[in-house]
Amino acid sequence: MLRVEGVTAGYGPITVLRDVGFEARAGEVTAIMGRNGAGKSTLLKCVMGLVPATAGTIVLDGIEVHRLPAHRVPHHGVAYVPQGRRLFGPLTVAENLSVGLYARDGGPEVRAAVLELFPRLRERLGQVSSTLSGGEQQMLAIARALCLEPKVLMLDEPTEGLQPSMIRLIQDTVLRLKDTGVATILVEQRVDAALRVADAIAFMANGRIAETARAADLTPEARQFADHVGV
Amino acid sequence: MAAVLALTAVGLNLVFGVMRVVNVAHGEFFMLGAIGAWFVTHYLPVPAAMAWIAALVIAPLAVGAIAALADVTVLKRLKYDPEATIVATIGLLYIFQQAALSFYGPDARPVAPPFHLRLQLPWFGYSGYKLFVVVAAAVILLGVWLLMTRTRAGLVMRATQVDRDTARNFGIDVDRVYAGTFALGAALAAAAAVLIVPIQQAHYLMGHDPLLLSFIVVIIGGLGSLRGTLVAALVIGLSDGVISMFFSPTLAKIIATLAVALVLVFRPQGLFGAKE
Repeated sequence: MLRVEGVTAGYGPITVLRDVGFEARAGEVTAIMGRNGAGKSTLLKCVMGLVPATAGTIVLDGIEVHRLPAHRVPHHGVAYVPQGRRLFGPLTVAENLSVGLYARDGGPEVRAAVLELFPRLRERLGQVSSTLSGGEQQMLAIARALCLEPKVLMLDEPTEGLQPSMIRLIQDTVLRLKDTGVATILVEQRVDAALRVADAIAFMANGRIAETARAADLTPEARQFADHVGV
Repeated sequence: MAAVLALTAVGLNLVFGVMRVVNVAHGEFFMLGAIGAWFVTHYLPVPAAMAWIAALVIAPLAVGAIAALADVTVLKRLKYDPEATIVATIGLLYIFQQAALSFYGPDARPVAPPFHLRLQLPWFGYSGYKLFVVVAAAVILLGVWLLMTRTRAGLVMRATQVDRDTARNFGIDVDRVYAGTFALGAALAAAAAVLIVPIQQAHYLMGHDPLLLSFIVVIIGGLGSLRGTLVAALVIGLSDGVISMFFSPTLAKIIATLAVALVLVFRPQGLFGAKE
């Protein structure tokens, strides 16, 4: 579905991603793991067009995403939940969802389907989003992204700073989306959280994909090692 | 005065709020609106009232188009860098001013009001046109408020104001939003000028005072706060009128500047502005 090949990118003279390649398949969760500064978030920003690729290709169902301006990428069904959520804080929950519906011209039925996943947001539609709890803000960030009816959903550390019940809810949502055929790319620091939902894993180090593996093939020892070194 | 100042200042604040651009050329959009009104009323072969109504439509549209062009050709190329755009809009100020001097001339020229009506009250008389200006400005401001709070375009502008990168992630063409916002801000200044020009006359240097007062209003009200702009415009506009009438215009400006200084010292974000 989404294929990244030989991508190099960075900020001005600083190169962060070097010859990065991986594939996110429909109905699968691909976890990108690595230490702080490995380039995980930059990789997602690069797919979204916020950090331009200076080399390589990013192709979604035959469309060369890397050639599109950033605001055209979501029109092709790529949704991104950034680290720290980045909600439109002064806007209400309903307005945040309306922004989510903007690119794909989704109607009330899309919004209703999204609110089915997060019923708690339905009670908060008129509330200013910056006043929500951390967990509700993360729900809204994911709900807003789902309003795009994405083919590819990219989540950057969605469980960061959340309580266990909320982490479980978000993981369950990811698993439900997997069943609908969405290709999910999950950046996650916590190994246990990633392995609970991931089908494929890409380990990043120094701006490169150092290793890829199927989650099912990881031995308990490898899991323990990854957890120990804090990737 | 307060009503027209509110329109001009809301335009300036809208541009700063959404684009983070301090538009030093804003007063020149006011001037271009007044001169545009003169051209339309002078050359359109229709009765004065109709010509003025045409000016109220044509001048803001034309000035908005000029602003959008300036945005695309100048500000966008500077990537809306806050410092660079201040310098660039100073340059635009002189370009617009000199263009007006070249094509319009140095003279102050009157524009006929759409109607002459004096409301004679038992204790004093008052210009019916001035009251009309207040109502018209209030209607336009109401329209801006409805645009910002009730329409998709307003939602997109507010989302862009909060976080332009995230707005892009949801398919919003930020460059188009910026061009539209800059055009809208300029069009509001031009509309204010068309309303006031039958009272003031059109002149190529008339943009200075509206710019200064708009900055005073925006600083006191709070950068990015439309509500603060309206309240501050009312206070500054009314006090400017009263103090100018009973004492002197210079004293009015001194007091307004003092108010800005006090706000900057004790509440730098303005009376209604949010803390960063």
